[in-house]
Amino acid sequence: MWRRCLWRRGISSSAAGWWDHVGAAPKDPILGVTEAFLADTSPRKINLGVGAYRDDEGRPVVLQCVRGAETKLAGSQFLESLPNAVNTKLVEESVQLVYGKETDIVQERRFAGIQALSGTGACRLFAEFQRRFYPESPIYLPVPTWSNHHNIWRDAQVPVRTFRYYHPDSKGLYFGALMDDIKSAPDNSFFLLHPCAHNPTGVDPNEEQWREISHEFKVKNHFPFFDMAYQGLASGDIDTDSKAIKIFREDGHLIGCAQSFTKIMGLYGHRVGCLSILSVDENQAIAVRSQLQQIARAMYSSPPVHGSLLVSTILGDSQLKALWEEEVKAMVARIIRMRAKLRESLEKLDSPLNWEHITNQVGMFCFSGLSPEYVDHLARKFHIYMTRDGRISMAGVTTSNVDYLANAIHEVTRFGQEDSSQRRSFNAFIPHISYAN
Amino acid sequence: MASTMLSLASASASPSTSLALQNNRMTKLILGTSDHTTLWGTKKSNPFVKTKSRGQITMAVAVNVSRFEGIPMAPPDPILGVSEAFKADTDEMKLNLGVGAYRTEELQPYVLDVVKKAENLMLERGENKEYLPIEGLAAFNKVTADLLFGADNPVIQQQRVATVQGLSGTGSLRLAAALIERYFPGAKVIISSPTWGNHKNIFNDARVPWSEYRYYDPKTVGLDFDGMMSDIKEAPEGSFVLLHGCAHNPTGIDPTPEQWEKIADVIQEKNHIPFFDVAYQGFASGSLDADASSVRLFAARGMELLVAQSYSKNLGLYSERIGAINVLCSSADAAVRTKSQLKRLARPMYSNPPIHGARIVANVVGNPALFDEWKEEMEMMAGRIKSVRQKLFDSLTAKDKSGKDWSFILKQIGMFSFTGLNKAQSDNMTNRWHVYMTKDGRISLAGLSSAKCEYLADAIIDSFHNVK
Repeated sequence: MWRRCLWRRGISSSAAGWWDHVGAAPKDPILGVTEAFLADTSPRKINLGVGAYRDDEGRPVVLQCVRGAETKLAGSQFLESLPNAVNTKLVEESVQLVYGKETDIVQERRFAGIQALSGTGACRLFAEFQRRFYPESPIYLPVPTWSNHHNIWRDAQVPVRTFRYYHPDSKGLYFGALMDDIKSAPDNSFFLLHPCAHNPTGVDPNEEQWREISHEFKVKNHFPFFDMAYQGLASGDIDTDSKAIKIFREDGHLIGCAQSFTKIMGLYGHRVGCLSILSVDENQAIAVRSQLQQIARAMYSSPPVHGSLLVSTILGDSQLKALWEEEVKAMVARIIRMRAKLRESLEKLDSPLNWEHITNQVGMFCFSGLSPEYVDHLARKFHIYMTRDGRISMAGVTTSNVDYLANAIHEVTRFGQEDSSQRRSFNAFIPHISYAN
Repeated sequence: MASTMLSLASASASPSTSLALQNNRMTKLILGTSDHTTLWGTKKSNPFVKTKSRGQITMAVAVNVSRFEGIPMAPPDPILGVSEAFKADTDEMKLNLGVGAYRTEELQPYVLDVVKKAENLMLERGENKEYLPIEGLAAFNKVTADLLFGADNPVIQQQRVATVQGLSGTGSLRLAAALIERYFPGAKVIISSPTWGNHKNIFNDARVPWSEYRYYDPKTVGLDFDGMMSDIKEAPEGSFVLLHGCAHNPTGIDPTPEQWEKIADVIQEKNHIPFFDVAYQGFASGSLDADASSVRLFAARGMELLVAQSYSKNLGLYSERIGAINVLCSSADAAVRTKSQLKRLARPMYSNPPIHGARIVANVVGNPALFDEWKEEMEMMAGRIKSVRQKLFDSLTAKDKSGKDWSFILKQIGMFSFTGLNKAQSDNMTNRWHVYMTKDGRISLAGLSSAKCEYLADAIIDSFHNVK
């Protein structure tokens, strides 16, 4: 897999460097899009790559509740590394958010919670933990999923398997196949689930389907690990968006959950998240947490404090929290408006393709169905940037660019064969597990 | 409760001890073994899980039983655990000389003025909170490399340094360790004996083998230079040699400039690669340039090297987690490629680094007025530590009638002093005198006020002479 290392040399020479055998890494498929976008000088360019919210002028937004928290915190006094028992307050607020304040889990402290470096960091801590205590176990990831999931578990040296999730023809949930794959996986497997606003497809199971999935997980004794990156940004309501987790909890599953405050509070650069693992009792929670802290200690010692202070200030202040909830609703409303507008514009252009999925899908992203060839074409000719799986970040769509976007999509697709392009784009979902050097 | 390990490795052979737990119709049998093939192909039991019996076990599991049932409590971190114990102590004479966090004479945490000013500037500007690129804030990466090597250093001019923002020293070391594991599989890192406790954890978790080279000589409470040279020579060719750029942690003992030259000689001879941990630039001597002289000496010889930096102590940004990993390569092209691979390692760890600390550093170092002010504040902090060293030495010499030579305290440099106290003596410091320190005999002078020097001297003298 990796190029043979050439480091054992008989000669010592500064002309031949130590790093000669280090090849250039491929660009990250998501973050690389922003790099390409930044390099583009066209005034019409649109960045639909990374899932960062933009206002209707296409500008980054700092939420008012965040500015409020900053003002409240200005001049805060101490800056030291939090002890590894780490920012208990942030963890408290996070678990209350996802599990509910009054639940037994929270009241009886049956959770091992640790602050993490956003969703990525929370997933990585869990992956390392999984490897440490279940060294042979693979992780089952949905097809498709956020590309970085593959990197995370791979770098933690946990083998990756996949289960079917999305059907490119229906552009909906491939429910039958999903259930089959859950059943045919060996008992006690670890599964990663998106509790709402699936990334990249925007396709979520409905309540009935979640109940069936949860039931089958009980039969198979699978471990459900939820990656909760969009609580509030799917429906606009915090509680609605944690419904899947509630269903699993009611069935008695002791789940794991990665939470991210990156998008839901617009704290992208601050890297605030939380990992929680539910346990039978408080003692076990304490033991598990101690192990998680050890893993974190060898990776970065302790998490950055500034962002977590912002989050816990907001969640701990009823006014700021209410303001936050309003602002989340406003973000969702704008995204839903843009979905409607984009679909309307495409239909007005008499596009031969079916664009219902634009308004059916949920959350920040639209899984357009555009093939990699179309995606490249959009970038080259129209300066419109998205990931090659055809995922569009709707947050990057504005009233002033939606028509340009619709026109561009129509231009590249009007003569294309839908089926073959769907098939090709479906195959693009299967991520390349190993990067060539 | 028997500790057991559940494994998904398929196993044959007959079940031995069975632990039947209450179940319902959803009973599953899990056959597990406590032996696992590790990365290096040898069978080893999982060191993290207690197992009462080796061999195969069966367990019937009910769905609501956690699969993490057998997980033991991890040992408390030896350094951070000290602060926790200190907090729990109610004695009024208690003194926390555990973690290396700077304290004022009043033993209060200290937020640097330049940091407050930088944060106010940032607040006024109302900057956004967008993602940084994976490699971090460009302005930060530039100033941090300039600070380390000197802005007019040819290695900077030639663009031969790959710099990636990391989560303070730990995060930067971890990225480097991951790079070593991936591109130099089987290569060893040799670390000083003793060294910062977390170094071993980092290399263990990154699956990089390590061994120790002699460093501290308890007889002289100084550097075992011959032992160090000999062990570096002994190490397999092409090893990574972890060096503390200045203010060695935990001993406070640094090589002299002449000794650094000899260390560079033997590293070149053996084709090793130097790997510096620079956590105290400016904090050791009070001068940023002087404290970087070891790194610059190696760079000037045309050597390739790695440097992990931290701004936790010198800018007091402990909890913002700001640092960097620098790889000085022989060519600009190699630097570009190496940087791309560091990014690839960072992405599945945390995607991109936190913004706040990076902006503070970029604002302070990038603004001439703030930079000058920072240099003054750093001299003040380093100065306070030098003065408590002196006071402690004076108190010990005055009070101790045994004629023991305490001058090593003055020779050591930086935040820490290796007292030479053994574990039992260190325990006595805590149990009898409520002085909290690490069991290796390290005290953090940053946590000592001149008002408490006499008390500390009493404690040290008692522990040294009356406890064995």
